[in-house]
Amino acid sequence: MEIKADTTVCIGAGMCALTVPKVFDQSEDEGTVVLLQDEPPQELEEAVRRAVTLCPSGAISVS
Amino acid sequence: MSELTLPTARQRPLDPPDEVTALRQQGTIHRMTYADGHQGWLVTGHAAARAVLASPYFSNRPEHMHPPIPSARMELATQPEKLRVPPGFFLRMDPPDHTRFRRLLTGQFTVRRMKMLEPRIEEITGACLDAMEAAGPPVDLVQEFALPIPSLVICELLGVPYGERAQFQADTKVLASLESKADDAIAALGSISAYLYGLVQRKRKEPGDDLLSGLIESGELSDEDLTGVGVLLLIAGHETTANMLGLGTYALLTNPDQLAAMRDDPSVVDNGVEELLRHLTIIHLGPMRSALEDVEIEGVTIKAGETVSIHLPAVNRDPARFDDAERLDVTRPAGGHLTFGHGIHQCLGQQLARAEMRIAYPALLRRFPGLRLAVTPEEVPMRSDMSIYGVHRLPVTW
Ligand code: SF4
Repeated sequence: MEIKADTTVCIGAGMCALTVPKVFDQSEDEGTVVLLQDEPPQELEEAVRRAVTLCPSGAISVS
Repeated sequence: MSELTLPTARQRPLDPPDEVTALRQQGTIHRMTYADGHQGWLVTGHAAARAVLASPYFSNRPEHMHPPIPSARMELATQPEKLRVPPGFFLRMDPPDHTRFRRLLTGQFTVRRMKMLEPRIEEITGACLDAMEAAGPPVDLVQEFALPIPSLVICELLGVPYGERAQFQADTKVLASLESKADDAIAALGSISAYLYGLVQRKRKEPGDDLLSGLIESGELSDEDLTGVGVLLLIAGHETTANMLGLGTYALLTNPDQLAAMRDDPSVVDNGVEELLRHLTIIHLGPMRSALEDVEIEGVTIKAGETVSIHLPAVNRDPARFDDAERLDVTRPAGGHLTFGHGIHQCLGQQLARAEMRIAYPALLRRFPGLRLAVTPEEVPMRSDMSIYGVHRLPVTW
């Protein structure tokens, strides 16, 4: 699985950082998504998919 | 012409109106007549609600809206020229204006920052519980607990002196009431805006270590903009979490097994807070959007200019999204509810609200293990007359 995050779309709601803190963080000043790893280990894949559906702005996607 | 108008009367205090639940069983998008005769739509399904809220073809600007129910407040909320909404009130903006304000603020409300605030929220909660204990039973839980905790927190965060709260709390109440007269609502918004404008002036001279001072320092916003941002955050920070704490406690007190789970098992609290957000859905008359061009949602064409009301309480009980959706179950994973909205306007303060609730509910239930209603459940006055649902008062004893 490969994750892509688009900070120009992100509205900083923090659902990703809340759902999978091992994979997503938020930048200190902008609050926008920061990818800590773009190829998560398999055991986190389901949680990452959940974060994708919870993201209100469609800023994160997986392929 | 459609016969359907927005049902508002609830048969049971915690459940959406039965008519809306019945509508959801028939479909997810329905023709609805607005208070001014406009033929718009009512959305009752979770997937359709998400689609509308995430779509860039819908506007959140008041001048595109029609009032869903006949109330002065709803009428005014669609006529910004009468209400003179201050310029920085970015909730009712579309991109790119909205984007500019939102960007300035997102960094202040990250998950990490809210974690850093937790010790302070715990202190504030403890102090409120001390005061409640000292006051002795019976007390009104809204006045002693549900309202002061989020009020103190948002005042501190914004840099609003808590001692000055009497007037802006009164103004907020008038603005939130569906029964307010138009003149009173206009006066209340004028009063709260004047207060914030004065505060911005004071902070220019004497900056503090708070959000408003920080925004002033960034130099990106005019005083008028700062006033609007301040009004929005102050109102939103007060009303919403306060009503979640009040109504949530009512829900737990009337569902003792759920209360016991929230009190006794710390691992339940995160899910429990999400479930209360889902099950109670205090935003009971909206949100609304208006189509900027023709949009197709689940096979229905919504024409440019048509207003769509999303019935969040019904949407959050959609059995297509949540198993056994009518049941309050604090142990279920309730993530995915739309109580904070969806799309670019999704609540900016949601992580703050979560932090407050995760701390306040268990602290209350552990301090007063024998907490119970001091009146019958039927005697608790519900906020059906306000734009944010909840309890007006919650008399409790222990
Ligand atoms: S959930 Fe989406 S909008 Fe929110 S911070 Fe993460 S990427 Fe951004």
